Amino acid sequence: MQKAIKKYWPIFVLPTLAAFVIGFIIPFVEGVYLAFCQFTTVRDATLIGFNNFVRAISDNTFTHAFWYNCAFVVVTTIAINVGGLLVAVLLTKGIRATNAFRTVFFMPNLIGGIVLGYIWQILLNCVLSLLERPLLALDATAGFWGLVILMCWQQIGYMMIIYVAGLQSIPDTLVEAAEIDGATRWQTFWKVKLPMLMPSITICLFLTITNSFKLFDQNMALTGGQPAHQSELLAYNIYYTFYGRSGPQWRGIGQAKAVIFCLIVVAIALIQLRVTRKREVQQ
Amino acid sequence: MRKRVQRSHRLLSVIMTIVCVVYMYPIFMVLMNSLKVENAISTSTAFELPTAETFAGLANYENAVNTQGFFMSLFWTVLITVTSVLAILIFCSMFAWYITRVENKFTKALYLLCAFSMVVPFQMVMFTLSSTAHDLHLNTPWTLWIIYLGFGAGLAVFMFCGFMRSVPIDMEEAAMIDGCNPIQTYFYIVFPLLRPTMISVAVLEAMWIWNDYLLPTLILDVDKYKTISMLIQFFRGSYGRVEMGPMMACIMLAIIPIIIVYLFGQKHIIKGVVSGAVKG
Repeated sequence: MQKAIKKYWPIFVLPTLAAFVIGFIIPFVEGVYLAFCQFTTVRDATLIGFNNFVRAISDNTFTHAFWYNCAFVVVTTIAINVGGLLVAVLLTKGIRATNAFRTVFFMPNLIGGIVLGYIWQILLNCVLSLLERPLLALDATAGFWGLVILMCWQQIGYMMIIYVAGLQSIPDTLVEAAEIDGATRWQTFWKVKLPMLMPSITICLFLTITNSFKLFDQNMALTGGQPAHQSELLAYNIYYTFYGRSGPQWRGIGQAKAVIFCLIVVAIALIQLRVTRKREVQQ
Repeated sequence: MRKRVQRSHRLLSVIMTIVCVVYMYPIFMVLMNSLKVENAISTSTAFELPTAETFAGLANYENAVNTQGFFMSLFWTVLITVTSVLAILIFCSMFAWYITRVENKFTKALYLLCAFSMVVPFQMVMFTLSSTAHDLHLNTPWTLWIIYLGFGAGLAVFMFCGFMRSVPIDMEEAAMIDGCNPIQTYFYIVFPLLRPTMISVAVLEAMWIWNDYLLPTLILDVDKYKTISMLIQFFRGSYGRVEMGPMMACIMLAIIPIIIVYLFGQKHIIKGVVSGAVKG
């Protein structure tokens, strides 16, 4: 059978492979190469070695964006997963109108990042002006927490859906056995349900961490890096280096930053998957 | 005991209802402001309901539709999303079938590359991707699906492969022995089995493509073609004072189709998210 299928590779493989080469492989390889060049377009690149990387790391806005992004990832990952799990537990108790609640909580996910960013910009600015505090564009701390609130609003519903599915797949017999053995509800949750939820937790942690690291649209729409690059996440910092600055050196530096960013994201994804996979229980 | 449980359930229902109302408030606020006249929308009054003096009727919506070209943006967004999702469903499922059924180093490498492409952030390739797209003249809404097929292949192939590994090969072998060629085998036997996975992939890819901002902005000619996300960003990017009223109306118009689709396809969307997560 393999031989028969193999002959048909131009029909099965070629369309996707061609698009994949155009849409991913060529840009990726070219991107890695350009990180070592000075360029303004792809054609006028001249190799300059590791200079771009050195300048990228010594760029203050980039290091600031890195630490700002790390803090953002930690806070949002904890808040979203705790929130999502809490809502999921409450919505699997069999209260009335569970479906309607679920519908509401999931809805913000379908709205795009740009739209979400502007909705929250208007809302948070109004709150801040009523509290007589500086607006989002003037206060990096407010910008940080605004972005955290926005991300929680958007993502809690998504993680809740995954946790609900996980909770529903735990066999009732396990919970009953724990109850008969005299476990309190609290113990049942920590010792029985939570270990059984590990696969869902793995995937939710993975999703929230990578989402928060790659966040761009919401960051651009909510604060646009204001004030003075103080609320920039990595993705927006790279974008700004490419398209917001003049001077022939910046594109190369931007590409070098992008390579560093890519390495960070890949490394974190791998570590995270390995750590949580280990803790999953066999069913 | 039962009574206590009932009472606590009722209390929980009430609390959840309040939380849900608060949760929906931001959207309600946009609706409220989209009905106000321009100079009544400011940062300190965004929470106030429109009054007789500040009520603008549907003027902002007319402005958004007539002078800002909302329907043109809607058309481009629908076109790009539909063509891209269809292309991804057909081509990626065929690709995934081939690389799960033919086992050699080449197909294994392709699979790993696809998985890798899911993790890579867009900023890594944004500059080179847009210049490649310009060189190949793929920078119109009619051809943008090729880019989305390439960049979105990772997730689709990953999910299709996950499903196909669990499908027994016997039926396909039987079809081949009965004289089907691989194309017939694929479309008569495998394709119908893929329906649930197809829906999941379609949901996830459509959610991404519909709302995508950066990729179309960098690749399309901004003066000629604007997707909905680009249109809303354009309100901010243009010089001079931001026209808040039409912008609110545009945000509202952008949300309405999403809510309609969501209410009709809720079951599939939620299923899609769950199965996408299990296989990720």
